[in-house]
Amino acid sequence: MSLQYLGLNEINGPLVVLDHVKDASYDEMVEIMCQDGSKRLGRIVQIEGERVVVQVFEGTNTLSLSNTKTRLLGHPMELPVSREILGRVFSGAGKPIDGLGDIYATKSMDINGQPLNPVSRVYPRNYINTGISSIDCLTTLIRGQKLPIFSGSGLPHNQLAVQIVKQAKVADDEGKGFGVVFAAMGVTNDVADYFKRSFEEAGVMERVVMFLNLSNDPIIERILTPRCALTAAEYLAYEQDMHVLVIYTDVTSYCEALREFSSSKGEIPGRKGYPGYLYSDLASLYERAGMIKDANGSVTQIPILTMPNNDITHPVPDLTGYITEGQITLDPELNSMGIYPPVSVLPSLSRLMKDGIGEGFTRADHSSVSNQLFAAYAHVQDVRSLTSVIGEDELSDIDKKYMQFGRLFEEHFLNQGFETNRSIEETLDLGWLLLSVLPKSELDRIDNAVLDVYYNHDKALQIFNIIEDSIVELEQAIHNG
Amino acid sequence: MKENVIYSINGPVVTVKDTDAFSMLEMVYVGEDKLIGEVIAINKAATTIQVYETTTGLKPGEPVYPTGQPISVTLGPGILRNIFDGIERPLEEIAKQSGAFIPTGSAVDPLDKEKLWDVTVCVKVGDELVGGDIYATVPETELITHKCMVSPYIKGKVVEVKENGQYRIDDTVVILEDEDGNKINCTLIQKWPIKQPRPVTKRLPISMPLVTGQRVIDTLFPIAKGGTAAIPGGFGTGKTMTQHQLAKWCDADIIVYVGCGERGNEMTQVLEEFRELIDPKSNKPLTDRTVLIANTSNMPVAAREASIYTGVTLAEYYRDMGYHVAIMADSTSRWAEALREISGRLEEMPAEEGFPAYLPSRLSQFYERAGYMDNLNGTKGSVTIIGAVSPQGADFSEPVTQNTKRFVRTFWALDKALAYARHYFAINWTLSYSEYIPDLERWFNKNVDPKFLRYRQTLSSLLAEETKLNEIVKLMGTDVLPDDQKLTIEIAKVIRVGYLQQNAFHKDDTYVPLNKQLKMMEVIVYLYKRAQDVVSSGKPIRLILETGIFDKVIKMKYDVPNDNIDLLDDYFQMIDEAVASLD
Repeated sequence: MSLQYLGLNEINGPLVVLDHVKDASYDEMVEIMCQDGSKRLGRIVQIEGERVVVQVFEGTNTLSLSNTKTRLLGHPMELPVSREILGRVFSGAGKPIDGLGDIYATKSMDINGQPLNPVSRVYPRNYINTGISSIDCLTTLIRGQKLPIFSGSGLPHNQLAVQIVKQAKVADDEGKGFGVVFAAMGVTNDVADYFKRSFEEAGVMERVVMFLNLSNDPIIERILTPRCALTAAEYLAYEQDMHVLVIYTDVTSYCEALREFSSSKGEIPGRKGYPGYLYSDLASLYERAGMIKDANGSVTQIPILTMPNNDITHPVPDLTGYITEGQITLDPELNSMGIYPPVSVLPSLSRLMKDGIGEGFTRADHSSVSNQLFAAYAHVQDVRSLTSVIGEDELSDIDKKYMQFGRLFEEHFLNQGFETNRSIEETLDLGWLLLSVLPKSELDRIDNAVLDVYYNHDKALQIFNIIEDSIVELEQAIHNG
Repeated sequence: MKENVIYSINGPVVTVKDTDAFSMLEMVYVGEDKLIGEVIAINKAATTIQVYETTTGLKPGEPVYPTGQPISVTLGPGILRNIFDGIERPLEEIAKQSGAFIPTGSAVDPLDKEKLWDVTVCVKVGDELVGGDIYATVPETELITHKCMVSPYIKGKVVEVKENGQYRIDDTVVILEDEDGNKINCTLIQKWPIKQPRPVTKRLPISMPLVTGQRVIDTLFPIAKGGTAAIPGGFGTGKTMTQHQLAKWCDADIIVYVGCGERGNEMTQVLEEFRELIDPKSNKPLTDRTVLIANTSNMPVAAREASIYTGVTLAEYYRDMGYHVAIMADSTSRWAEALREISGRLEEMPAEEGFPAYLPSRLSQFYERAGYMDNLNGTKGSVTIIGAVSPQGADFSEPVTQNTKRFVRTFWALDKALAYARHYFAINWTLSYSEYIPDLERWFNKNVDPKFLRYRQTLSSLLAEETKLNEIVKLMGTDVLPDDQKLTIEIAKVIRVGYLQQNAFHKDDTYVPLNKQLKMMEVIVYLYKRAQDVVSSGKPIRLILETGIFDKVIKMKYDVPNDNIDLLDDYFQMIDEAVASLD
């Protein structure tokens, strides 16, 4: 029986202070017994001699300086794991909340994990076919990558995540199938339900582990939620050889919880009140994606974050972008035009795609198509801003063609709908067809040899039912006499 | 003796009360696990230590052991081809001992103690040696001969030398005797504190460029051997890609690549790619001249602070042997953030955006370790520092970018708009600058061609002109411009797309030698001149554009292979023909 400490010295937000504690270790778990017999968990976050600061996960409501008993557990926060966790629902702190009882654990793992040695990593090269053109062609998702979705309030990021889970061909012969770890951090009940229902409809529920910290749950638990989820994912990937897709939403709520916690500890704030270590903290989550040499599994992360006020320079998306390997950005304007998925092409990027596409992975012409689409669509944006000043009629002929290309690109390429699943060939062919709308001389990112194979101007005009401008001009000339 | 024990723990910062056993910046071992730490503040009441590993599980009352030495690195053969963490622990060895994850308190020797090296001793008994003198050479890789040097500040007379042959790094090969008669054993290694620059005889004026084979850099914004450069850019603008390209192709003898608080997968990529890549000059794998320091963003933050110093100390060591060393630090912002994080834990008064007030002085101390030097042993070598900066919110007015700008002389500002259009390198030609051009003028005139800098000036004036014209175009479209200005826009497009933009994945375009750069510029300038003739003769510019010669020139970077540059001569004729066809 270990020592119990009666009462507390100080209570401040989620933190309590104990005095005269012997033999406490940093990051150790403590258990606080309340008067009514319920137990709460906490973690030691600071030690000064015999004075110990404890962060209480379930909040400090109803605690007083005299009505508690505290016990040190002697180990850091651990998550019991076994293959049984598949199909189960846990609280943000890793306790089963689906009423099916505790799991029979084969081992316990420290939720903080340990840094992965760069020499033991395998550089990710296997692409994941999501069946979504804008992702497959332009921001290809690679197994072992961390590719966040930068979204905003009111945008269909949840649908997009579900569509990826539904359509993604993650499993292959080497691993023992695939799993999904879903962590909700500060989202509403509706959102959590939506994911659960969607997983059930897609028939993957028995391969899903859910960790739920809803918006009315204590914030301290929110800090643990992604760590529990990633620990479960690492267990499944590296010890059970599964390909695990980790989806967690919403990172912004997580960071706000961290800010609240940091300010109650009295730390010096960095930008916008977020703690100075926000980068390191986020990195300790995101960097847990990857593949390692002696295991067949992989951890792929799709964190979802809502950008406050759609501002990509806000600290949360900004720091995230510096750690993750690219991002998929959603655009409210495209969304209001009814385009789904409303992927904002230009600020979206996948850093790992260059090594996971092309011959042997997708198709030899993949990088040419995607580069040229990016360049052409970037030019469309320039032309559009010009149009807003001088009007479309005043544009040069070539810029008018770009306007047309832009419209077709959004209408056909981006806008594919929730149910459509396109193969990589379909996606790339569609890309070529759209590029063929432009004159050949405009396609300056592509080798002539490749152009000769795929470029087909007449077919594009025919399919998209375009009448060449020269003919229009001719008609106008006749019309004007 | 009273034992020194831990009093308080807060993240990576621990304190020890009532002790005078420690000195500033001393390396200490913390706790039963002997975690590595460094003393960062001392006062009467307590000594503050930052720990280079995670402090989970540490308890107050555990011992802290002084070592009497500042944090140092071991310098000797075996550094090249290796990958270290921020405090020079070899990651391959750690992986062998502990598997895929890095545990705390790993005690691993920085360099392989068992490996036998072929040593050639190059001094004889009776020689007087001073600090920096070379007493033995070791072929470290097929590319690089390692030179064992007397540690600076030591001098003496050689009293004993060993036969040439195979030795381990700890074996004594030369024994010196100093003035007081003390024997000094010289092995293949020496130690050096990472925060102290290695001494040199004097700084030499900058005179040679670091040739990178990247057109926008070599032509518009060159960097010198011994110079400093910063690459600021928001995320996704290609900082890391630029650093990788430079590490692969620049003509330094040795590359020190520091991944400071960056992605783990990127380090793995560097590891894999460099093993496969062959250095074009020597036909040996690039790893033969490379040392990697990886402190990824999820590794302990204090070691991230040290990794930059470790990197530059290794660089200085090879410079002392007479090599040209380039160090890539990706990214210095993460290092600055580590400073901020530790400063916050110490409850220091913050300056701008929470960064400590000593940020500028730390940055300048780092960049000032670059330079072209006359070494103690009479050789000449250089350290070139290229630091990536990751400004928060891609806002160049933030403290790290602004302070860095004060201490570097080349500034390659990466631009989001260019990156969105997949124009790589996304180096913005209006925001970037290089102060080295006057210093390098003589070299370019002598070794390339006096025309090189002339053409460079033409190109950069045209780009500046285009920027001005674009203001008008933005408001009224290109149609309103007179033909000569339209020509400026068109030729600037050729420069941007056909010259500045470079494809790192194209076998020829990834590295372009200076003479090809010169020829390409010559073609572009010639095209401009002939097109000017056409326009001034009153013909509409539309006609020459329709011949397709502009598009052809844009694609010459792909169409002319590096091993047959003479093909570029044909372009002059093609331009003439295109112009002639208008008559």
